[in-house]
Amino acid sequence: MRRIFSVLMENAPGSLSRIIGVFSQRGYNVDSLCVAPTSDESLSRLTIITQADNKVAEQILKQINKLIDVLRVTELTEAAHVERELMLIKVATRTDVARSEVKRNVDIFRGRILDVTSQHYTIEITGTSEKLTAFADVMAQCADITESARTGVCGLSRGDRALRA
Amino acid sequence: MRMMSGAAMVVQALKDVGVTHLFGYPGGAVLDIYDALFAQDDVKHVLVRHEQAAAHMADGYARSTGKTGTVLVTSGPGATNTLTGIATAYMDSIPMVILSGQVPSMHIGEDAFQETDMVGCSRPIVKHSFLVKRAVDIPKAIAQAYYIANTGRPGPVVVDLPKDIVNVQEEHLYEFPTDVTMRSYNPTLKGHPKQIKKVVTTLAKARRPVIYVGGGAIASEASALVTELAEKLKAPVVSTLMGLGAFSCTHQQSLGMLGMHGTLEANKTMHNSDCILALGARFDDRVTNNVDKFCPHADIIHVDIDPASISKTVNAHIPVVGSVDKVVQQMLTEMQKHDFSDQENNLAEWWEQISEWRERKCLNYNQGDTVIKPQKVIEALYKHTNGEAYVSSDVGQHQMFAALYYPFAKPRRWINSGGLGTMGFGLPAAMGVQFAHPDACSVVVTGDGSIQMNIQELSTCLQYNLPIKIISLNNRALGMVRQWQDMIYKGRHSHSYMDSMPDFVKLAEAYGHVGIKVDSLDQLDDAMAKCFAEKDRLVFMDIAVDQNEHVYPMQIKWGAMDDMRLSKTERT
Repeated sequence: MRRIFSVLMENAPGSLSRIIGVFSQRGYNVDSLCVAPTSDESLSRLTIITQADNKVAEQILKQINKLIDVLRVTELTEAAHVERELMLIKVATRTDVARSEVKRNVDIFRGRILDVTSQHYTIEITGTSEKLTAFADVMAQCADITESARTGVCGLSRGDRALRA
Repeated sequence: MRMMSGAAMVVQALKDVGVTHLFGYPGGAVLDIYDALFAQDDVKHVLVRHEQAAAHMADGYARSTGKTGTVLVTSGPGATNTLTGIATAYMDSIPMVILSGQVPSMHIGEDAFQETDMVGCSRPIVKHSFLVKRAVDIPKAIAQAYYIANTGRPGPVVVDLPKDIVNVQEEHLYEFPTDVTMRSYNPTLKGHPKQIKKVVTTLAKARRPVIYVGGGAIASEASALVTELAEKLKAPVVSTLMGLGAFSCTHQQSLGMLGMHGTLEANKTMHNSDCILALGARFDDRVTNNVDKFCPHADIIHVDIDPASISKTVNAHIPVVGSVDKVVQQMLTEMQKHDFSDQENNLAEWWEQISEWRERKCLNYNQGDTVIKPQKVIEALYKHTNGEAYVSSDVGQHQMFAALYYPFAKPRRWINSGGLGTMGFGLPAAMGVQFAHPDACSVVVTGDGSIQMNIQELSTCLQYNLPIKIISLNNRALGMVRQWQDMIYKGRHSHSYMDSMPDFVKLAEAYGHVGIKVDSLDQLDDAMAKCFAEKDRLVFMDIAVDQNEHVYPMQIKWGAMDDMRLSKTERT
């Protein structure tokens, strides 16, 4: 089962490698990972996507919580939450038909074109992971994908639930 | 507040946290710290012969006192040599601080001479680590390292010190922190009151309860409380390898060790119990055998300071996060609200059943006339030390024989590498014990394989006049490997023997100690007496024991807890 863990930790050297270490040394897999400092720069917020059954998920939660640098950890997928991912995708468009088809689909998916050349579009798109994958599939049909980069998911709980120091 | 160099700060901070002994080995990156050590007497430095042994010494010191052990090594090989010792401490939750030198900050990452990423290398086997980047941060890092190492679930902490920040030429303001609390680290010590209530009502209903005591009871100094609890409940007590001595093995209610080489009565009692009270034990695979068949009738109460240990392998019905001493104290208070006065009657049937299991006398063995059985040696050791010695063990058959045939009456007397199973641990650990307790009897139980993994420390023993007694069960083989090869690999002894054993007596003498060789049963008692009469010298007893002896009882793989072999021919 797909899980999203959200972690609040000290923004200190080595903190990230400790989190990653928990996953590698205990045999848990990481599908995606998104990390950046919070508005309080002494803290980092980390969002990890993994596949785990209930028993493993409980262990992941506990093992991460055990790290000295970690202040809070929660599983977002346990309750209502919002999640978003950002993708930058560069497509090669050889024909006018392809160019207009790409443009039309960018509008449908509410993306933005960030860079244009006579042969390429570079597009920004945000949404759930499924939406990004769907968009990439559509692009593959109407143009050639040159490259793409995804941020990995970040998410927050709905309502007033929050991870606070 | 004073001005001092980074190196002086390291030594001053060690004094301020109360360090008495420092086990170490000098080298390029820590020469400044060694120079600062030269000028003082408060922290006694012990010069080892190999850095791995320094870590084991600090470990033995910590296990026998409860205080944090301290190691000081140089960068690169000095640091990596400690890794096995750090992993050993980590697996058994032993408080330790390892100060490692590092190449100067500006050379980190350049593959400089004697550079290794110590924080990276040790990351999976430490509770936490620090790479100190400024000299002014040294006191805080060291204070926090000791705080982390010896609170919550104890463990090793690495403090990596680049050479430039400990430079003796530059002085900085030294300020030892009065408060070391951290917003991200706050271990839970007291159990949740609701859970305590549940625990006590469950125990009140139990008719076949058992108390399963682990190393956590020793770490939290809970022996007296656990004993009080056990006596109130009148319940049988089993102990893990790490928990031996937390509840006296000579107590009427003690069934000894449980698990792979546990006693029949301990494992039978666990398997047939209706309520298991686990106190600071972690349901290790060497205890549970096949978890799917584990104790099918029992309500499992799991008290542990580490939430991650609860329901990790075996699901706990009533989890209680907290330290054993605090939780047992809470339980005793809560129990006053219930009637536990009739436990004797309540558990009469249970004890009758347990007596039957005890009657099988699973530790009986056939000594014979000449060849010494290893069990006999441990019994002789028990007799000659009045059961009062600090016994440090290596890893293998001798370790299990010592655990089974030396009933420990007190905590912190049994010093062994339970989780990692580190051969070469025994001798340096016993040295750490002897430094912590100069007047006590510090014994090593070892074998011809294990002792050769850190034998160079015999030299350190001479330097510091450590009157350790080494009891080496020499079977000319790697006994536990050989036993498994006998049982599983049709007796094909693949590389489990050594046909070029040194003359251990001469070896001991070459290092300046006393060596005694024992070949036959009739010599054993006198030789032991002679050994322990040598109060001021290290004695190495090289005792030839039966090569074909196996450790029994032994759980049968994939079975339940109580599926056991009792001898080469008998099974449960």
